[in-house]
Amino acid sequence: MKKIAITKLNDLYAAIAQNQSLLLPIKRAGQTNFGIWTEDAEVDLQTLKTVKSAKDAFFPQSENLYTCYKDGKKISIAPEKLQEESFVVFGMKGCDVRGAMVLDKVFLANPVDNYYAARREHGIIVSLACSQPEESCFCKAFGIDCAEPEGDVVTWLTADYLYWKPVTEKGEALTAQVADLLEDADDKAVSEQKAAIAATVEKLPYANISLEGWNGDALKEKFDSPLWEQLYKPCLACGTCTFVCPTCQCYDIKDYDTGNGIQRYRCWDSCMYSDFTMMAHGNNRNSQMQRFRQRFMHKLVYFPANNDGMYSCVGCGRCVDKCPSHLNILKVIKAFGKEGK
Amino acid sequence: MQGLKARALELLNDGTVSRVLGWKIGENTYDPEPAFFETAEAMEQFVYNNFCAANLSKYMIEASKLEGKTLVCLKPCDSYSFNQLLAEHRIDREKAYIIGVGCKGKLSIEKVKQSGLKGILSVTDTDPLKVETLYGDAEVAYKDAMLDRCHVCKGKEHVVYDELYGESEDTSDADRFEQVRAIEAMSPEEKFAFFQAELSKCIRCNACRNVCPACSCRKCVFDSNKFDSAQKANVDSFEEKMFHIIRAFHVAGRCTDCGECSRVCPQGIPLHLFNRKFIKDINALYGEYQAGADVDAKGPLTSFTTEDAEPGVVSQGGIV
Repeated sequence: MKKIAITKLNDLYAAIAQNQSLLLPIKRAGQTNFGIWTEDAEVDLQTLKTVKSAKDAFFPQSENLYTCYKDGKKISIAPEKLQEESFVVFGMKGCDVRGAMVLDKVFLANPVDNYYAARREHGIIVSLACSQPEESCFCKAFGIDCAEPEGDVVTWLTADYLYWKPVTEKGEALTAQVADLLEDADDKAVSEQKAAIAATVEKLPYANISLEGWNGDALKEKFDSPLWEQLYKPCLACGTCTFVCPTCQCYDIKDYDTGNGIQRYRCWDSCMYSDFTMMAHGNNRNSQMQRFRQRFMHKLVYFPANNDGMYSCVGCGRCVDKCPSHLNILKVIKAFGKEGK
Repeated sequence: MQGLKARALELLNDGTVSRVLGWKIGENTYDPEPAFFETAEAMEQFVYNNFCAANLSKYMIEASKLEGKTLVCLKPCDSYSFNQLLAEHRIDREKAYIIGVGCKGKLSIEKVKQSGLKGILSVTDTDPLKVETLYGDAEVAYKDAMLDRCHVCKGKEHVVYDELYGESEDTSDADRFEQVRAIEAMSPEEKFAFFQAELSKCIRCNACRNVCPACSCRKCVFDSNKFDSAQKANVDSFEEKMFHIIRAFHVAGRCTDCGECSRVCPQGIPLHLFNRKFIKDINALYGEYQAGADVDAKGPLTSFTTEDAEPGVVSQGGIV
């Protein structure tokens, strides 16, 4: 275990940024999101949840895949450069780290997504324990320990120090880079904080929400349930829940005409949108009820059925905090629990 | 609230209305959701408290297509949106039974959180708000937890209703155009920096558009699949700006300034400022106009008079 005084954190960021780009929670125009560290960035480690998750670091909302250029009758194709340099994502919470592992199941399975794989290979995750979990957090229900998250390096923030524990080879290598700034520490403060977090987690209203009955076996009865018709009604069909989610992974691929060529790009898609999975024959989900149902069936039924029981929800609670109509996955789980369906 | 629920139930039971459009009790005081109620049993979940901020008038577009009348609960400012939709023939007055519900300013849980409180377990909708959190109890003054829009309240009168329930208060304590004037006074560079900082947060979730009562097109131009660009991608900062500016132009003269766009933005972008700039300019160019105040009024941008401002005003830099 290592530690560094809070007053020296800026030196730590500078040291990390000297060797690779550093992404961390930055407050800009009143909101905190992951962004690239610069000298004048307002780093914000106090806000528990960034508005968007850290997902963009590995799977950006929009990215170019390749560009076609036209020169007379000649066409050339230039693929987008894959991530080659290492980078650090600092301050990811346990839920967001697990979120990346959910994305791994999708993008690292065959056929491997090269763009994503390169970012995962070169990304170093420095996670941060949640010293003050909030009411909409329910990561415990998915077996996540926010007091000791996964990651290459795990850190804990106390009043005076940032405690630093490398856990993987990548984490050891990063630690070596900044070794001059770190001092040895015992586990006492971290153990105390972990115990305090565990006690708080037990008081969270949804930490122990039951996921009983949410699995591939329940597919048909869940799909056909009349509850969806009641649950979806206030849904505005905006994409807020999907865009703040650390695990939503659907995307669209489009061609942008640059005038003398084509940029093929992909961007996040949302199952809430009317053109989602639009095909030549039309759309296989043409009502908002069906789109709404898709989101929760995917996270709680289809995904675990295809991935050894792993849910594609990590209980970060961002959708709970941000839905304009106050709909959310907790209400869905509870509605089914109540009806016993 | 019990009286409102009883009255709604009475109208549902005697067949005056086929359904009730109101709010359903949430997991907590602060998260009621808009809901349709069709049975007495469902009505047990009906709630009306000071966190019922959602403007229900837009749901009347769909409700107007249903059999029978829909009882809709509208707050004074919501009634302007209803009227505007009526003027645009998007909803059917005959299909609505409006209970104008009292409003003393609506609360926002985001505002409660902005006061520094974390881990909110329960909160009252009283003055002051009594907040129980994982990390201790606290109180927040009602005014401090009110939505921004309520500080520039349109007043306590409903502009359209069938009957009224409850008392309303005019909660305005700020100048509606103060922020607009502050931005107008900025240099072009400062303006650009301000809007870039705000709009670069946009995640293109389209919540502002989808909640907006003035955005009632059956299919939004941005949802066209004939474009190279995508309505769901924040491709570059230019496009993000274009989306919001185009949207503001599209609702100009029709926006009632209901403030829903800013209420729902997950990134806290003050989108209503665009609309207020248009409202301020329209007031200056065509005379005072409040969209939705009078269902028979001619829209400033959809009617022509010989007194209209010449287009040259725009090329001269508009009205400041």
